[in-house]
Amino acid sequence: MNFLEWYRVDRLPSIFCAGCGIGTVINCTLSAVTSMGWRRNDVVFLSGIGCSSRAPGYIRTDSLHTTHGRALAFATGVKLAEPRLNVILFTGDGDLAAIGGNHFIHACRRNIDLTVVCVNNYIYGMTGGQGSPTTPVGARSSTTPYGSTETPFDLSELAMAAGANYVSRWTPYHTKELTAAVKAGLETPGLSFIEVMTQCPTGYGRANRLRDVKEFMEIFRMRSMLKQKADRLLKEGKPVPPDAIVIGEFVRRSRPVMGRRG
Amino acid sequence: MTQIMEGSHAVAEAVRLSKPGVISAYPITPQTHIVERLAEMVADGLLEADYITVESEFSALSACLGASATGVRVYSATTSQGLALMFEVCFNAAGMRLPLVMTIANRALSAPLSIWNDHQDSISLRDSGWLQLYAQDCQEAHDLHYIAYRVAEDHSVLLPAMVCFDGFVLTHTYEPVDIPGQEEVDAFLPAFSPYQRLDARDPISFGMYATPDYYMEFRYEMERAMQRAKGVLKECGKEFGERFGRDYSDLVESYRLEDADTALVAMGSLCGTVKDAIDEMRGEGKKVGLLNLRVFRPFPFEDVKKALSGVSRVAILDKNVSIGSKGAVGLEMRDTLYGTGIEILDCIAGLGGRDIRKRDVRRIVGLAEAGGGDIFYGLREEVL
Repeated sequence: MNFLEWYRVDRLPSIFCAGCGIGTVINCTLSAVTSMGWRRNDVVFLSGIGCSSRAPGYIRTDSLHTTHGRALAFATGVKLAEPRLNVILFTGDGDLAAIGGNHFIHACRRNIDLTVVCVNNYIYGMTGGQGSPTTPVGARSSTTPYGSTETPFDLSELAMAAGANYVSRWTPYHTKELTAAVKAGLETPGLSFIEVMTQCPTGYGRANRLRDVKEFMEIFRMRSMLKQKADRLLKEGKPVPPDAIVIGEFVRRSRPVMGRRG
Repeated sequence: MTQIMEGSHAVAEAVRLSKPGVISAYPITPQTHIVERLAEMVADGLLEADYITVESEFSALSACLGASATGVRVYSATTSQGLALMFEVCFNAAGMRLPLVMTIANRALSAPLSIWNDHQDSISLRDSGWLQLYAQDCQEAHDLHYIAYRVAEDHSVLLPAMVCFDGFVLTHTYEPVDIPGQEEVDAFLPAFSPYQRLDARDPISFGMYATPDYYMEFRYEMERAMQRAKGVLKECGKEFGERFGRDYSDLVESYRLEDADTALVAMGSLCGTVKDAIDEMRGEGKKVGLLNLRVFRPFPFEDVKKALSGVSRVAILDKNVSIGSKGAVGLEMRDTLYGTGIEILDCIAGLGGRDIRKRDVRRIVGLAEAGGGDIFYGLREEVL
């Protein structure tokens, strides 16, 4: 389906750096949204602060660009006041996992009927590449110049543990799977969390010798391991490589939901 | 040694030389270059401090507060939304009388989102019990940190201090900055000597309940400390001048005010532009001068009144607004000059990064001379 009419073409070119993965994430999300057959005024996008949070500015629907990390709290208000609206959030690792971590776990706990698309690029991109709660151990950033020493969050595991009804993780290399995952998220009642491990050649790449997007894609292709395979290895007592990016559907279930119409 | 450096790096150098034991900050534009440089200094062993990367500004200032309560010198930096998120902790730090020092890279507040400069962020915390110093250039931004630590940690003050300098206009601007040596700084700013601290051998509690029988006295003690801070600021500013050749013994800076009819009042980097405009107008025979409010909290009522005793009118450039009332500086000036007969024009100007140029300063002087009422200066009428 053609989703160009959902784009604010007059706002292009976007502010995103060359090689940024957010464009792919927006395209996959809009592709999933339009395949649902919804009209533009059935959908509202929300975001907080950060690169990913600029996404709703390029989409021709109603949107709320809110405070850093707290789009979920605003979205809860939107959804409960207008349950007929399909509420979708764009967020990032700095936004959701750091300053918004508390809102994240409580939104999952309540299982509010929203879809959260999280661009996890391992770094605070917009402010110039500082270490975030998902920066891998050893990865460099402008606040960890010799490598991060803190253990990063696994956001999909966190969402699952906190109670989200649908959790899936992909990368911009897996566009078809990502689109299908967003669609599954939109279809599943309750909180749906789609994590997209995304390249940031400017912020993360510059500090970690990954400026070339092709190299980044190669990493996503080579190091990605399906959740089923990782689970099987663990079951057999075999190690999952520490640099593996575990992708796929983590959970799809039907815990009680808040904010569902009818 | 004088070096050409970015304003943010000049601040980072002052922090390094002040030797804080704990630094905690969260990235936010345009503060990032300060804390990135400090993270690098800590990683390179140039500064022996714990650098804590936290998950929010709330946590950043909370970590500083906790560290300070154990008797350690601390540092943080933020701006705009980050400072707004720290609101609660700011009041806590002041109420617990912990001498935190924090840099504010002044920026407008949302919504609409703006990363550009005005003073709305720090002004919104004017009632929090923090000292507020405003730097007009990168050198002042550097110097005021030493003075902030000295005054905040003085046992007759014991209040936290914000050093405010304009986001982008100063944070991202390169200027020559004289960086003193460590020994010189140590002589001016000795190691932190806490008045009281958390110590298991002699337990005390910070921040406990104060019933209505006690609460007001705590607030009054803060007010008394803030008033004492005026004298301490002057003494430290004078000593700084003797040691480093740059005198900060006045809480306000007077520029060509001696015989002025019209005084402009401003804070921060705008003062440079205003001085240039004044020089031009003086060349044309106009008797104008500038009052630069370097210290906004404590508000230097006596010094302002004295500096403006000879003028007929005052034009204030307020880079903030208390919606529903007036600009914060305007309100203080009306209080200070009440009964003097001096005419006052309060101009809300330069919000959200709108440039204020020399020609704007000239126009504002013209408006003051014409005796107009308070205004939002330079509005784009066509978009209203």
